[in-house]
Amino acid sequence: MVRQGEMRRIDDYRWEIPQDYKSGMRVAGMVYADSTMLDAIREEQSLEQVANVAFLPGIVGRSLAMPDIHWGYGFPIGGVAATRISDGVVSPGGVGYDINCGVRLLRTNLNEDEVRPKIKELINHLFSNVPSGLGSEGKIRISQKEMDDVLASGAAWAVKKGYGNRQDLDVTEEQGCMEMADPDKVSDRAKKRGMPQLGSLGSGNHFLEVQVVREIYDQTAAAAMGITREGQVLMMIHTGSRGLGHQVCDDYLRLMGGAVRKYEIALPDRQLACAPVQSDEGRDYLAAMACAANYAWANRLCIAHWVRESFTKVFGKDIDELGLEQIYDVAHNIAKIEEHIVDGKMIRLCVHRKGATRAFPAGQKGVPDRYMSVGQPVLIPGDMGRCSFVAVGTERAMQETFGSTCHGAGRLQSRGAARKIMRGSDVANELAAKGIYVRTDSVESLAEEASYAYKDVTDVVGIAQGAGISRKIIMAAPLGVIKG
Amino acid sequence: MLIVMGMRYEVIDHTADIGIVAYGSNLNALFSNAAAGMLSLMVKTDTLRHDVTKTISLEAGDSETLLVEWLNELLYIIYTEKLVLCRFDILIDKGQLMSRCAGQRLEMKSRRFIREIKAATYHNLEIVAKDGEYSARIIFDI
Repeated sequence: MVRQGEMRRIDDYRWEIPQDYKSGMRVAGMVYADSTMLDAIREEQSLEQVANVAFLPGIVGRSLAMPDIHWGYGFPIGGVAATRISDGVVSPGGVGYDINCGVRLLRTNLNEDEVRPKIKELINHLFSNVPSGLGSEGKIRISQKEMDDVLASGAAWAVKKGYGNRQDLDVTEEQGCMEMADPDKVSDRAKKRGMPQLGSLGSGNHFLEVQVVREIYDQTAAAAMGITREGQVLMMIHTGSRGLGHQVCDDYLRLMGGAVRKYEIALPDRQLACAPVQSDEGRDYLAAMACAANYAWANRLCIAHWVRESFTKVFGKDIDELGLEQIYDVAHNIAKIEEHIVDGKMIRLCVHRKGATRAFPAGQKGVPDRYMSVGQPVLIPGDMGRCSFVAVGTERAMQETFGSTCHGAGRLQSRGAARKIMRGSDVANELAAKGIYVRTDSVESLAEEASYAYKDVTDVVGIAQGAGISRKIIMAAPLGVIKG
Repeated sequence: MLIVMGMRYEVIDHTADIGIVAYGSNLNALFSNAAAGMLSLMVKTDTLRHDVTKTISLEAGDSETLLVEWLNELLYIIYTEKLVLCRFDILIDKGQLMSRCAGQRLEMKSRRFIREIKAATYHNLEIVAKDGEYSARIIFDI
């Protein structure tokens, strides 16, 4: 347990875990939090995990924790770690099981007063049109050969099949495809698990949410995203690479267990298992991880297609009339090869973001043309009873966090504890009283995802803004939710 | 030895995920109880039939890895074969596991499923042997 005196307060939003906190740390840790949030964070072991990540060979800068940090396995959720390509490692635990779990946001021309009267009809239509729930399987049937095409080309596969358009790719991180993907590095077991699930939402904290813009903080940046007014309706999709990503992670954790012995890497937790980026094991993992990331981008685009279909049916207008355009799609569980300045020199790094979002500033390579003057949109969902934010990346994030910021609210309570507070049906009633209509396959699990189980995303985003690692653009509140 | 599930494990709470502590008088029992514990978090097992049988063979360099592989194999079979194995006759010897298993085919949409467990993790996993009793703490990704 990292105690009060063992952390050094840098300013109101930055707390350092000194390198000498634990023998074996190669760099210091840094937590973005205010004093209130730090008290909550200290109650669990996530700070210890920040210190453990600092053991990774080749880690540069600091082992970072975003304000939505909570206890994960191996890496904390909300963790960011960058390692040198030349002599550093890549760790599947630094990406997590749900590879490229992420968020896609669509804008519409619709206003709240047009959608609210039809929200039940819309949510019910979406619920029947988008496969969701435990172990859900998609409506798409593909051969193993076609699966390899999905893994190699990602969202472009979905566009080729008519599930999206070129413009969607332009506003997707990596344009929806990581080129280092090699389907031969993905096991048949992983492919078998992923094939039937393509085009499905899944369960847990995955969701579809119809939102209404409540506040605009920067009109110019919002306008670049097609958001022009309060009351405008948005559509958010949160899911990842389903069973495929889990199997890839599991397969490579096993392989990395051997690599840790082979390369004599000392680690405080087996879940941090890793291999040099420049080793067969490291390269193979990155090639397989990229396949899972590509699958996730294809998955979210297929779901976006059915979302568009449902809107056109319910509102009797075509996609252009509805203005159903994608704002952006971000990954929040991923490892990326990026160039950053370290000690005054530009070097290539493997940036692990586990429960953290890339947040590149205006003018940065990798930001879509459309957002080059405002910065990359950062999509930060909150819990289903409160609100979500769209922010943009900053120069300060580039300097301090390898261009990263928070990814969501972050859990505050375990699922078991959350279930004891309220029943799922009561949670649904409470949301209904707030004007939020919820559909789910599993009413019991609603209790696990209730507002009180999460930190208030407004506080999390406020800390990221206070620390200068992202800048909020708009806030939106839910009108209707499908919880997977 | 045939161990009927529903005994010898405890559920533990973990902020992001969920876990169990499993116990057993030997590795065979420990692995069986760990599987029972994991399944209890996933599916209502009390009325499951045992009409489908399957043999699982696994090999690993150490007991912890074998335990994670065993649990993940059961999950893999649930997701790809829609088969919930819930009775186990396990024999572990020198890093090799052989288990005759029985269970029931179950569609994922079945109301018997409680939640999706996606993987057993290696996080802080350690099999402890003390006073003739084995225990293991396992955290699941859900």
